[in-house]
Amino acid sequence: MTASVPSPVVAAQPAPVVGPYRRMVRLFFANRLAVTGLVLLALLLLFCFVGPLVHPTDQIHTQLADANLAPGVKGHPLGTDDVGRDVLGRLMVGGQTSLEIGIAAGLLATLIGTVWGAVAGYTGGWLDAIMMRVVDAGIAIPALFLLLVSATIFRPTVTTQILIIGCVSWLVPARLVRAEALSLRSRDFVQAMMAMGGSHRRAVFRHIIPNAIGTVVVNATFQVADAILLVAYVSFLGLGVAPPATDWGAMLSNGISYTYDGYWWLIFPAGIAIILVVSAFNCIGDGLRDSFEVRLQGR
Amino acid sequence: MTRFLAKRIGQALVVVALVTVIVFLLLHTVPGGPARGILGPQATAAAIAAFNHEHGFDRSLPEQYWMYVSGLLHGDLGASYTLNQSVSSLIEQRIPKTLVLTGLSTLVALLVAIPLGVWQGRRRKGLTDYFITTLVFIGYATPVFFLALILVIVFAEKIPILPVQAPQAETLAGLFADSRGLVLPILAGAIASVAVFSRYMRSAVLDNLAEDYVRTARAKGASERRVVWLHIMRNSLTPIVAMLGYQLPVLFSGALVIESVFNYPGMGLLFWNAAQTSDYPILLGAVLVIAVATVIGSLIADILQAFIDPRVRGAIK
Repeated sequence: MTASVPSPVVAAQPAPVVGPYRRMVRLFFANRLAVTGLVLLALLLLFCFVGPLVHPTDQIHTQLADANLAPGVKGHPLGTDDVGRDVLGRLMVGGQTSLEIGIAAGLLATLIGTVWGAVAGYTGGWLDAIMMRVVDAGIAIPALFLLLVSATIFRPTVTTQILIIGCVSWLVPARLVRAEALSLRSRDFVQAMMAMGGSHRRAVFRHIIPNAIGTVVVNATFQVADAILLVAYVSFLGLGVAPPATDWGAMLSNGISYTYDGYWWLIFPAGIAIILVVSAFNCIGDGLRDSFEVRLQGR
Repeated sequence: MTRFLAKRIGQALVVVALVTVIVFLLLHTVPGGPARGILGPQATAAAIAAFNHEHGFDRSLPEQYWMYVSGLLHGDLGASYTLNQSVSSLIEQRIPKTLVLTGLSTLVALLVAIPLGVWQGRRRKGLTDYFITTLVFIGYATPVFFLALILVIVFAEKIPILPVQAPQAETLAGLFADSRGLVLPILAGAIASVAVFSRYMRSAVLDNLAEDYVRTARAKGASERRVVWLHIMRNSLTPIVAMLGYQLPVLFSGALVIESVFNYPGMGLLFWNAAQTSDYPILLGAVLVIAVATVIGSLIADILQAFIDPRVRGAIK
């Protein structure tokens, strides 16, 4: 999605000369949407990872006597779940799982996709054709289906979830980076380096990938957002990390049985948390895209 | 056009072949293999060896792959471990229902998203544009199951006007006979898609607004209505058609979640139940069918796109 918040109009008076990175950072922070996303993400990280220190709760043992307490009762700000665990504390612990898996899987996918796409685009010819048909085949299989199949084969833990999601969602970055690599490989600086006897490896890792870094970074944030959603889907469908560990999707899935009892605190906090964290990453991605894409600046 | 068609169809065939390789390899990572699945966990090693020999599972991988593919070509997707039925007949029963669900919710989504995108594109940076953009942003970040749950809470619990359970009929006619039960599942799918579709439409309209032909039409004194509907709308539909092709896997994933929430008897629910019981023939058969459907869908989208827009034809040649 493109950012709709207007990027700042560059002032008419001669601006002091700044380097491209400084300029990018400045543009990023001038983008209200991006800053909102960054602040939101920082708050969510604080909530999940520092929150348990401020609001310590027992998320391992069940307290059946205190099951399904309404918010505010017996010092549980967001009530308790169906086995008496504090929902606010659970939201923090579950968020840790969601964020850890989402961020690590998103980065892994970006890494695999970038190398795959850069090699395919740079090499060209039949190798490129084969590599890209593999990508097409992968894209044809919906990631959620593949994830559920994998979850029945490998017992879902944080590590396996990261590896599996990373291995099924690298296809889009591969396509994007390949397109960049195709145009970069014929550029003069790559040709010059090759003429000086540089290796293919050097071309891919020192020239193609660094020059495609804008696309890579922007895509990485969207990858993380998508990975967090995927984790939530898998857990919601009952094939996520095993209890007592949890994540936001599993919490929601747990609360679904109590829809008719009006226990809203078992459904809405987790759902809203997912929306907030995914929106935060998407906002950051939009902001980064605006600061990398020189063409669109001032639009 | 013929060369373009031949090349594109050839690519699709290669992709389908690769998909069969992926599914075949997955079939081989399944713990215990088909013998354990059919004979059960208490089967002796000798029984498993006999079973494997009888079914050719002790031959080399390429040989087994060849057996697998020739089975596929005869419509043989194996038999379910738990439902005592062939996978192809199970899928045959379920797939029309999933197509009805995704088809109708995509149709509803397009009917809302196209006018919405045009409206937003023309009033870019206006107050309504910001408002809708924010809504779309939130919609994009909302998991389909949360959306479905909110719909259930609002329309089935707070204001009880719609049933939560989807119709359980065996036939399509039976499905439509109980059409009130279809409303919530279709609505959930449609809202999720509107967020994505309207975004595409908005940016397509924005691109078109800057085109020479729009300026020419305006210079010739064409009415605003004519410019919008004849020039901008029609030209913005090409990227929408292409997008539909790429969105197919997303739509099928959405159907999987929606079907499991509303207990809608389609492919998604079949798949979900199979995942709970580790019924691998169903799981992998469904993956294969959905992947082939996606390949065919994006092939059709590409051909349609080349058909309506000569510029695309030139670019792909």
